Amino acid sequence: MTHDSILASQPHTPSRRQFMRSVIYGGLAFYGLPAFARASKPPLGHVVIVGAGFAGLTAAKYLRAWSMGNLKVTIIEPNPQFISCPQSNLVLGGSRTLDQLSFGYDLSRKQHGLHWVKDSVTSVDLANKQVQLTRGNLSYDRLILAPGVDFNVSKIPGMPAPVADIPHAWKAGKQTLQLRQQLESMPDGGVFVMTIPTGAYRCPPGPYERACQVAHYFKQHKPRSKVLILDANADITSKKGLFLQSFNGTYQGIIEYHNNSEILQLDTTSKTIKTDFETVKADVLNVIPPQLAGKVAQVAGLNNVDGRWCEVDFVTYASSLQPDVHIIGDSISAGLPKSAHMATSQAKVCAAAIIDLQMGNAPNPLPVFANTCYSFVDDQQAMHVANVYRYDPAKKSMVSAEGGGVSAKASTQEGQYAQAWAENIWADTLT
Amino acid sequence: MKQVYASMLWACAIIWTLSAQAEDASAIHTLAASCAACHGPNGNSLGGTPTLAALNQDYFVQRMQGFKDGSVSSTVMHHHAKGLTSAEITALASYFAQQPRQTPQALPHQSFQGAQ
Ligand SMILES: Cc1cc2nc3c(=O)[nH]c(=O)nc-3n(C[C@H](O)[C@H](O)[C@H](O)COP(=O)(O)OP(=O)(O)OC[C@H]3O[C@@H](n4cnc5c(N)ncnc54)[C@H](O)[C@@H]3O)c2cc1C
Repeated sequence: MTHDSILASQPHTPSRRQFMRSVIYGGLAFYGLPAFARASKPPLGHVVIVGAGFAGLTAAKYLRAWSMGNLKVTIIEPNPQFISCPQSNLVLGGSRTLDQLSFGYDLSRKQHGLHWVKDSVTSVDLANKQVQLTRGNLSYDRLILAPGVDFNVSKIPGMPAPVADIPHAWKAGKQTLQLRQQLESMPDGGVFVMTIPTGAYRCPPGPYERACQVAHYFKQHKPRSKVLILDANADITSKKGLFLQSFNGTYQGIIEYHNNSEILQLDTTSKTIKTDFETVKADVLNVIPPQLAGKVAQVAGLNNVDGRWCEVDFVTYASSLQPDVHIIGDSISAGLPKSAHMATSQAKVCAAAIIDLQMGNAPNPLPVFANTCYSFVDDQQAMHVANVYRYDPAKKSMVSAEGGGVSAKASTQEGQYAQAWAENIWADTLT
Repeated sequence: MKQVYASMLWACAIIWTLSAQAEDASAIHTLAASCAACHGPNGNSLGGTPTLAALNQDYFVQRMQGFKDGSVSSTVMHHHAKGLTSAEITALASYFAQQPRQTPQALPHQSFQGAQ
């Protein structure tokens, strides 16, 4: 699809019924609706996006840019600002502040002509193509769900509901600061225990990066303290050799790694965890809960893989259950790492495909994209895993191409690249 | 009659080529967009990595083919170059050569407001 081909194409003329429907649902039913929703129908239709994280915001930008403004895009997001999960482990390590990872939405909203509704989607009426918000409803031609992950705390034995002083900090924000404060007030000689769930979770190397960051802080300020990783998985799930270099090198005597350590029982009052092998007591406890697709995807009934993740077509990111609902980012079942770079790449493929579909063209049948993911082992040094992924029509999935791989070792040079990665992906997403 | 068929065939061929080109263009700008995470929006890096916008096409191909065949050493890029086809490298070179070089916009930093 080129820009020229959009200009040359005949805009879809809405049928009378469609037109009536858009007047009824798109305009009048939504009390207090901003003026935009009553504007005349845009040539390529109206896309509603749920969630302004890496995935949703990127999709919004590229839908507007690549359609040359011929698509109307509405974003629904309850939060007042964008907080980056990438680098949030460095807040725990002490080399970043949360302010450095916090951004405003205004620039993106204005510069791409996005319609913005500060609210949450509570349910989706798939038959009538409407989303229900806490304050009214909104109709769509196509819906994009980009809600990130939901946390299944109730799956943790002994923790039926979230506990105020056991933050997971697996979504950057208040909990990140809370966990940092707990580490600061912990006496030297204390133990930080972090548990890692089995199954897919966002950012596979994230927990091991976190362990390194906490150990980096301890090494400087509380050298008698320990980091204990209770990993429910059989082994380190990402960049194993590289993390072991740190665990057994710089952080020897500080980080201890225990595999196959599923939580059998958790006592939230004494912060004691029982596994098959041991019973440990934490001074600061960080339980990373099992995860599943964002709540709105569950409510819409689109989490059809193990009741957790959403199955999509990797050419369009349409749900396998609902062709006019597209799902991108951490919520999908992809067998790929759930990363910010992946989320933005999926968003771009999805945006291009939606424009094609709205124009009546076939989307690119063989999408290709890249993923680079850095992990910091201290305040300066980082290491990467990088791959190209291409769609395999026989397997119906994105498959990593030959030649991908990881760093030889963590280095300061890669620490600089990792910083460049963060600034550039923030710029791509937020400007 | 023969001529009519011939020109119809021509027309079909042209339409087919045009739409194939449009498809290729779509595929390439989507692939190129995935470079933005490290190289900035439309190849305009905020620093720390090379700017790809308006980069000389031959130089792009030469570097990437070098990363691909191992004759040019790299820290990260060989993991990408080896995964791309030569045709993709050529198409990316031409795509980025055509992008305007721009001073990237400042990031919309904002202090943390305490929610979330
Ligand atoms: C500690 C940590 C470190 C990480 N480090 C890296 C890294 O270095 N590199 C990397 O690539 N990735 C990293 N990640 C992973 C990365 O953060 C995620 O993969 C990425 O945020 C996924 O983007 P998303 O858009 O799917 O979800 P999110 O970024 O979580 O965005 C989802 C948005 O949807 C909104 N939303 C949810 N439900 C609703 C609703 N019902 N109505 C309206 N809005 C809704 C939310 O408020 C949120 O803003 C890290 C993650 C963590 C936790």
